[in-house]
Amino acid sequence: MSSGKKGWKELEIGCVVTEPGSAASYKTGDWRSEKPVRDNTKCIKCGICYIYCPDMAIKEDEEGYFEADLYYCKGCGICAHECPSGVITMVEEVEEEKEEEEKEKR
Amino acid sequence: MTKGRLVGLEGSFAVAEAVRMANVDVISAYPITPQTHIVERLAELIANGELDAEFICVESEHSAMSACVGASAAGARVFTCSASQGLELMHEVLYIPSSMRLPVVAVTANRALSAPLSVWCDHSDAMAIRDIGWIQIFAENNQQAFDLTVCAYRIAEDKKVLFPAMIHIDGFYLSHVVESMILPDEEEVAHFIPDYVHPFVLDPENPVSMGCFGPPFIYPEAKKAQEVDLENTKPKIQETWNEFGEIFGRHYLPVETYKMDDASSALLTMGSSGETAMLAVDEMREEGKAVGLIRLRLWRPFPFKEFREAVKDVELLVVLDRAISFGMGGPVCSEVKSALYDKRKDLNIVGYIGGLGGRDITVEGFKYMINRALAYPEKEEEFEIIGVRE
Repeated sequence: MSSGKKGWKELEIGCVVTEPGSAASYKTGDWRSEKPVRDNTKCIKCGICYIYCPDMAIKEDEEGYFEADLYYCKGCGICAHECPSGVITMVEEVEEEKEEEEKEKR
Repeated sequence: MTKGRLVGLEGSFAVAEAVRMANVDVISAYPITPQTHIVERLAELIANGELDAEFICVESEHSAMSACVGASAAGARVFTCSASQGLELMHEVLYIPSSMRLPVVAVTANRALSAPLSVWCDHSDAMAIRDIGWIQIFAENNQQAFDLTVCAYRIAEDKKVLFPAMIHIDGFYLSHVVESMILPDEEEVAHFIPDYVHPFVLDPENPVSMGCFGPPFIYPEAKKAQEVDLENTKPKIQETWNEFGEIFGRHYLPVETYKMDDASSALLTMGSSGETAMLAVDEMREEGKAVGLIRLRLWRPFPFKEFREAVKDVELLVVLDRAISFGMGGPVCSEVKSALYDKRKDLNIVGYIGGLGGRDITVEGFKYMINRALAYPEKEEEFEIIGVRE
């Protein structure tokens, strides 16, 4: 295979992972079908979204607002459900836009 | 050159002695029925200071295997045993050490499954765990229960193997029966099973992650590696048994034969019934019938080559199953047929199911099976459950 992924003979015995913290490189953002879109004019900076995010994908910025890291965000919508001010709306992902966003990031 | 002293030991105690001589670090077990005297004896040895090991008395067999996985991952030499419903409760966790390549050694005292509730011997529990990925070996008597348990540590911990190994001993027929056997010298056994170091252990200085999340991009590679590696343990298993034979004078093979040289019909058994079957073969030989016996010692990885070699000259193969794969028949017979498909289309294979839930199979019973198969070579049924009242 030319995918750069390991073949079966290259795996460590028992599929042991020798690099600590390697889960950080695993892109769970791929699983998302909806993404959280924020209207920060309503945000009271309470951090409820940050606390409830089951993947710790939400980070606080310098101004005290919160943003989901779309590399990890699975689009579960818990943040939108828990937000007391209705800041977050879950919007369906459009594949092309998702790819564009990723290109810009790179 | 059988070294050691002649003793009378119950099968459970014979296994406990093997585990003691293997100087295990951790024993984890659930102590109530269907548990046998194996862990009862081990607990006693630890309490008496005769074995320096940690005994984890867990709350279920599921936890027993889980504790073994954890201890083995930390580099300990471990042991557990179970049977029947207990083994079924352990089932989910049995796949973990084989996938994580941890050399856990376990003994199963084969017993029937409920319902109706039975604590007696058959192979229902063993057949329910055929696919767990362990090396699985069937013992025939208490001497073998001891010898094969000793060898199991050596095999499982070999760096070319690193798979868990399970020794099956027939419940009651071996586990609760006192037989004469040779108990080898403790130091020689210890020498035969040296300390081992797993290439990966849980160690804060050298962190690794075991049993990780395996998404579709890696899972099939992991499973192929596991299957190929299990298949490749066969030479090491034989090599270990050869070495054991040289030192202790008792020799084991993946497929063992009895009076097969000129046999035209063969009977196939697993576990303790092989010895009764031998007597049946002897009697039939006296009657002038060219009958032999094949005993499947190594069950997983399945010894295709040796098995095909053993049956190459026979015209009739009678397979005894001590379990039912409901809706399918005898599990051993099904596997034997599949192993011979394309190789021996002319071989008449007759499957019998018997000895369920501790029903004895006598010498007469085996003779009946062989004679019946000889008399009715073109059977229409796939299999027959024998020795059952109408």
